[in-house]
Amino acid sequence: MLFNGQMGDKTPMGSVAFDEMTGFGGSDGGRRDCYDSYGAWYDTEDPKRLRAKVRQARDVFRTTGITFNVYGGGDEGAVERLIPFDIVPRILSAREWDRLVRGIEQRVLAINAFLADVYNRREIIKAGRIPEHLIVDNAAYTPQMAGFVPPGGIYTHVVGVDLVRTDEDEFYVLEDNARIPSGVSYMLENRQTMQRMFPELFSQVNVQPIRNYPAKLRQSLEACPPPDPSPRAVREGRPTVAVLTPGLHNSAFYEHSFLADQMGAELVEAQDLRIVSGRLAMRTTRGYQPIDVLYRRVDDDFIDPLTFRPDSVLGVAGLFDVYRAGRLTLANAPGAGIADDKALYSYMPDIIEFYSGEKPILRNVHTWRCSEPDSLAYVLDHLDELVVKEVHGSGGYGMLVGPTASKREIARFRVTLKENPATYIAQPTLSLSTVPVFDNSGLSPRHVDLRPFVLASPGKVDMVPGGLTRVALKKGSLVVNSSQGGGTKDTWVLADA
Amino acid sequence: MLGRTAGGLFWAFRYLERSDNVARLIDAGLDMAQSPASEVEDVWKSVLTTAGVHDDYQTANGGYEPSKVINFLLGDPDHPASVLSMIEAARNNARMVRTALTRETWEATNECWLRLSEALSSPVKESETQHVLELIHRQSALVHGSLHATMLRDDNYSFCRLGTAVERAAATARIVDVKYYVLLPSAFHVGGPLDNAQWEIVLRSVSARHSFLWLNQGQVTAAGIVDFLVLDRRMPRSLAFCAHRITRSLSHLDRMYGEDHESRKLASEMLARLEETSVEKILGTGLHDFLLAFDADNAQVAEQIATDFRFYE
Repeated sequence: MLFNGQMGDKTPMGSVAFDEMTGFGGSDGGRRDCYDSYGAWYDTEDPKRLRAKVRQARDVFRTTGITFNVYGGGDEGAVERLIPFDIVPRILSAREWDRLVRGIEQRVLAINAFLADVYNRREIIKAGRIPEHLIVDNAAYTPQMAGFVPPGGIYTHVVGVDLVRTDEDEFYVLEDNARIPSGVSYMLENRQTMQRMFPELFSQVNVQPIRNYPAKLRQSLEACPPPDPSPRAVREGRPTVAVLTPGLHNSAFYEHSFLADQMGAELVEAQDLRIVSGRLAMRTTRGYQPIDVLYRRVDDDFIDPLTFRPDSVLGVAGLFDVYRAGRLTLANAPGAGIADDKALYSYMPDIIEFYSGEKPILRNVHTWRCSEPDSLAYVLDHLDELVVKEVHGSGGYGMLVGPTASKREIARFRVTLKENPATYIAQPTLSLSTVPVFDNSGLSPRHVDLRPFVLASPGKVDMVPGGLTRVALKKGSLVVNSSQGGGTKDTWVLADA
Repeated sequence: MLGRTAGGLFWAFRYLERSDNVARLIDAGLDMAQSPASEVEDVWKSVLTTAGVHDDYQTANGGYEPSKVINFLLGDPDHPASVLSMIEAARNNARMVRTALTRETWEATNECWLRLSEALSSPVKESETQHVLELIHRQSALVHGSLHATMLRDDNYSFCRLGTAVERAAATARIVDVKYYVLLPSAFHVGGPLDNAQWEIVLRSVSARHSFLWLNQGQVTAAGIVDFLVLDRRMPRSLAFCAHRITRSLSHLDRMYGEDHESRKLASEMLARLEETSVEKILGTGLHDFLLAFDADNAQVAEQIATDFRFYE
């Protein structure tokens, strides 16, 4: 599964979703400003030509090999699939984007400060803002990182912030992906595909470019060399960067090779690596060459069988020692996952305030912690309106979607919840915004989310204007996961008019 | 560049070449089977032997019904040496080392696989065979075309070229040897004209019938064919051509890396042995032994390339 993150599965009954093209106006033809130029272009297009373009886009993706692997289904091995691509862009104005940027910067800075604190002085616990057990008893807490400061003090070099929208000015953060967020290659390929198919559109609409993301990623990684870099890095004045992939059969392999290619970095697998003279080195045609910065797309658990899972064949024995010795940068740092843990999500506003001294610019979805008696009482009273989920569950299991559940399901869930309230949180069902997709009947609204990709380096948070828009292709559905029928759209941020 | 990447490029182009060679053999078989002089069964048996898969075929099938043989060679997914399996292997290697290929070359390889897996997804009808063979040739030509037109002449390029040349040398040596061994134990009576139709299959299998006839004004002799396929440097599938190609690529790598590799020395020796001999000497001492020795040399060079450039740990 390439993407995770779940938003329940139905629009709340009776509510009207905010459409990013038409506002709340529905089908009377009125359009929001940012869709003016696009709309004018669309109105003059022949639907037949657009349908041909849809087929053409599919061919482009197939030939380019932009696929993700799906497992299971009985057959051995993985099957390569295309992620459905919709040709109607998701458009944000410069003003909307700037506000998101400020909010995201604030959030990503706080996440890094929080991680540094959690693994070192733990001021936030001492201040009583977060209960200690939520950290130390958390599976995502990595004791091996305690007392260690990663190169440049950066824990999350790349963060994917999942946002949803409910109104003109209402954006919510659904989750922060602080481990190894994926999807950025789709953001870039979607744009390239749109430009290939509709060059005229880009001369009519002033869309901010995103093409320099790989260059920015490289700069950002290079800005975090290890304190004791390799002699080669010293000689050349820049660290050697490599991308670590689990291999060809990983669901995001395409993205790994795409990023390595675009950054001009080697794409390495475990079999290419070993520790040579106290450094991580890759086997090249001319012998072993040290790596200074490893953008690793392998989970924490698997990077070093000596320190983490002993059965891992995807990592390198001894890698973590090299890291602790200051001779390697790992992006992202191991243990960063504590920052995007579901149990801590509801504390994010406190975390942001604690480290930035400011109110959060972007909102969290309101979350009731059922471990707290008052919250539990409220949740039990409003089960038919809320989504209740297990803190450590995923994939929609052990979860109640109040508005669509039957009376019996609610009654049964009430019992479970009372037995073990501490493992549950509850959230309101949000009325997610829609953006039209193009299908045989023309334009029809579908729910979307947005994942911008954020780069952190010492003293800098950087992003390109855009992100990955995922869209639920089934009418009324809120599930945007690529493994469950979700698709993607190109995301436009307009230049200031 | 990574050793594994060098290995991936080398093998991607070996597999691509091998699949194209199998298609050529089928091509030759179809032509031959139509000639009135030949027994259809012998033709297909000989094609299978030349492809080196006769025993595998017999285990899986039996009989020599043309469509069975052809589909075994083309699209049998359980047969690792079928065109389909090899194109898939080529594409998987290319996908693994995608960062080392230009976008054009990768896309041509990917499209080659997409088109052929579609065309070979079900057994090919007799009426469609020719069309499919052309598709194979054309798709693989597109890959080579993109390689030549877009790739930097650096180490990446050299490993692609080495894979092609090593595989092609092995294929030509095998084709000549199988024909010699199976069909012509006593045919080398001093250069008399040859009308054995089976020799035609040799020329056709390396797409060289036309050039050979043109160069020799229609005179087909065993010595002429051996000279052409073994020693003629103008002929792009001859042993001499391939050995020269291998040596050049390895010399290029030596210069680029500022190192002396064992593989380059071995390749130069292999080339020298071809340059110092003549068709008379080869036929005098025995073609079969000569080809066996060449094949061993070529395999040794390939192995040494993998060692010198650290393909595997």
